Amino acid sequence: MTTELIERPFVAPPYDPIAAAIADVEGLPELAADQAVRTKELVIVSWSGELDRVWPMLILSSTAAASGLRARVFVTFWGLLPFVRDGVRITGDNWMQKMLAVMQRPGIDHLKTTKMNFLGMGPWMMGRLAHQYNVASPRELLEAAQALGVEFVPCQMTMDMLGLRREDLIDGMAEPAGAATAIEIMTEADASLFI
Amino acid sequence: MGDDQATLVVDARGLNCPMPIVRTAQAMKALNPGDIVEVTATDPGSVRDFAAWSRTTGHALLASSTDGGLFRFVLRHK
Repeated sequence: MTTELIERPFVAPPYDPIAAAIADVEGLPELAADQAVRTKELVIVSWSGELDRVWPMLILSSTAAASGLRARVFVTFWGLLPFVRDGVRITGDNWMQKMLAVMQRPGIDHLKTTKMNFLGMGPWMMGRLAHQYNVASPRELLEAAQALGVEFVPCQMTMDMLGLRREDLIDGMAEPAGAATAIEIMTEADASLFI
Repeated sequence: MGDDQATLVVDARGLNCPMPIVRTAQAMKALNPGDIVEVTATDPGSVRDFAAWSRTTGHALLASSTDGGLFRFVLRHK
């Protein structure tokens, strides 16, 4: 007996681009909802408590939050002083901490300028000019920033060093944290600034 | 107002940077997708800023016009 080989021409199945595209993506891990449209992030390290640095920090962070970004500000060194609540004048436990609070009055309304401070003449004139040109004050901007969800993270080490307690700082601040937290949020952010 | 049937009108006249944007963002939080917002402002910087803000947020800038020193923006909530 012989087996007859019947030759059949090879017929390729018709190419289906849609099926091919589906096959290409099958097996790929699905994107999580938060990865699919990831929220952009801005992180600012605010180390200076001076008027001409706190002001743009507040403008940029509140605008970032208003633009739908997650905005976080790590507040360290002199940067913490504007965040001391109203009515708290002398902070700290020992004479050096108290002395520093005397020399640099804390609070959002008592900021000095980096240059041309002239015993308060500089900040006073800037305040007058801002009012004249309808520029929102640091206090207004801070309130707007908090209302828009900007997270202000106080530096625990600075709080210890200056003798600042949680109750000395304004309401609504995040849990105090350290440098490693600052590094983590900066490296995860789309933009990070040191002001 | 009027022709665009704005759901909300934001009067940002007299405000300087960044408050026209900040106030508009705060006002739009309460709105729904598709709602129309009309903003009037006097800050010349707001012309570029509303265009940029529209690109960043995804809220469509339907119109941007100037009438003397008065700027008018029409946005559609995304």
